[in-house]
Amino acid sequence: MLRLPKFEIARPTSIDEVVALLSEHGDDAQIIAGGTDLVPNMKHELFTPKVVVSIADVPDIAGVRVESDGTLAIGAMTTLHDVASDERVRSIAPALGHATALISGPQLRRMGTLGGNVMLDTRCQWYNQTHFWRKSLGYCLKKDGTVCHVVQSGQKCVAAASNDSAPALMTLDATLVFHGTDGRRELPIDDLWRADGIYNKHVSGELLTEIRIPATPRGHRGAYEKLRDRDSIDFPLLGVAARVDWDDAGDRVARAEVCLVALQARPVRLKKVAELLVGKQRASAELDGAIEASAERAYKQCRPLPNIPGDHEYRHEMAPVFVRRALRACVRASENASDAAGV
Amino acid sequence: MDVAAPAHWTLLEVLRYRMGLTGSKQGCDKGDCGACTVLVDGRPELSCLTLAALAEGKQITTIEGLMPAHVAAGGEGADPVQDAFDRCGALQCGFCQPGMMLSARALLNGNACPTKGEIKDALSGNLCRCTGYTQIIQAVELAVAEAAGVEPVSPAWAPHENPWRSNGTAPANETTER
Ligand SMILES: Cc1cc2nc3c(=O)[nH]c(=O)nc-3n(C[C@H](O)[C@H](O)[C@H](O)COP(=O)(O)OP(=O)(O)OC[C@H]3O[C@@H](n4cnc5c(N)ncnc54)[C@H](O)[C@@H]3O)c2cc1C
Ligand code: SF4
Ligand code: FES
Ligand code: FES
Repeated sequence: MLRLPKFEIARPTSIDEVVALLSEHGDDAQIIAGGTDLVPNMKHELFTPKVVVSIADVPDIAGVRVESDGTLAIGAMTTLHDVASDERVRSIAPALGHATALISGPQLRRMGTLGGNVMLDTRCQWYNQTHFWRKSLGYCLKKDGTVCHVVQSGQKCVAAASNDSAPALMTLDATLVFHGTDGRRELPIDDLWRADGIYNKHVSGELLTEIRIPATPRGHRGAYEKLRDRDSIDFPLLGVAARVDWDDAGDRVARAEVCLVALQARPVRLKKVAELLVGKQRASAELDGAIEASAERAYKQCRPLPNIPGDHEYRHEMAPVFVRRALRACVRASENASDAAGV
Repeated sequence: MDVAAPAHWTLLEVLRYRMGLTGSKQGCDKGDCGACTVLVDGRPELSCLTLAALAEGKQITTIEGLMPAHVAAGGEGADPVQDAFDRCGALQCGFCQPGMMLSARALLNGNACPTKGEIKDALSGNLCRCTGYTQIIQAVELAVAEAAGVEPVSPAWAPHENPWRSNGTAPANETTER
């Protein structure tokens, strides 16, 4: 039995009220969306807010919309289930469709939201434990302590970003709409992250209302591949999102992206790895070779740490395998007859 | 129904310790196992991670509510899912059953003829430490087949029989053949 520490619940009914509550209570307030990360963290006494601000009654921050210029706009409160099962998401942003369908299990996907997934706390096997467990072992830098159990001499927390949607949204050039005391602002998703496991975001005390994905070209392909022990429930031991866009003629790679999660505090963009594919001819030996080269390069660039469960050397060996799989899934998606005709 | 509880109580705690509805199980109490699954406005969700106050005004169905709902809808006896789990022996200790049956009921409400893959997906958030899942999946397949009025597939432990005809007794001709 894991009891929650005491708190009060606030149920604001507008964006302005949420912003006012967050600025009034500062660090004592925490937003609750689906609660699937916040509630376990409160049960483990990792977060002990005095006021839990529910955003369930705020209108117009849930649902999927395609705007006239083709932008896919997803409300922060849209559940993972609704994102994963939306046909528009699957066609405009396939990597996000795959990634959200693989998050946790069916019940959690009906509770958890896309906004909550973007704003997910970093994870570490020394941190996501009960208070009793952490106290017995000795606290760590991220919460109540002065040492890191992963990098013993380290001065920095290296808990891992573990949100499956993050790398997918990065390959899709997503922007995030935040509301704070200074009003509304848009932030490119790459600018959200910082390399600090204690808190891996540049934004705090603001409400995320929308995730915006610019229209993808006709030749766009995307995929997400996830390493985990079981095919359900588990957080990623490694997550790889890939993007391959064919040029207008449909025969060369115009753009490629590879982004990874569950390595370090921030999700990583492997720019040089992806660039190896650009200009390569469809269904050619040079493209196959480029995918192999990308996988090898990803292996050299990734350094999994013993921060999350799963042997870190195994996770390292799996990095090229999953990069290769994700890129091949993109390339394959474009080779089936109906798709090829459409490009 | 009106029930009072402190703001920091979960829906599961209110169900079990305020209302005496102990059918919803407290397993891991942190979202991993699915034993606390209830239907919230028809959707399978985890009551151990739901703040009770935020479930106000929603329709909550626990395992205790399945049979009354079935009877109210004109059925007889237990919900067909419960009946199929019983007849398939889809349990050992039984701890995972309420959550399993509610996940299965939610699936069948939205999709009367799921494939085996869809059944597995729908139950993939419910852990069972005892059965190995085979009978559980077969129980759902049995409920599906009977609702559709088609011949259920033979269970893995009796490949040449069909004990599901006429409520569990194998047809006479098959018994005499052996
Ligand atoms: C057993 C289990 C398995 C899981 N497996 C996975 C997995 O495989 N992959 C994965 O990515 N996640 C996983 N999760 C974590 C979680 O379920 C998801 O990440 C989910 O998307 C979180 O969304 P939520 O709405 O429940 O967030 P909440 O718990 O409500 O919030 C999470 C954090 O974000 C903040 N927040 C929420 N919404 C907003 C907003 N609109 N604006 C600003 N801040 C906000 C909250 O204050 C909190 O700090 C798992 C959780 C459990 C319990
Ligand atoms: S990486 Fe180190 S400091 Fe951070 S949570 Fe893990 S043990 Fe604590
Ligand atoms: S008790 Fe809720 S998921 Fe285990
Ligand atoms: S029957 Fe024991 S956990 Fe499933």
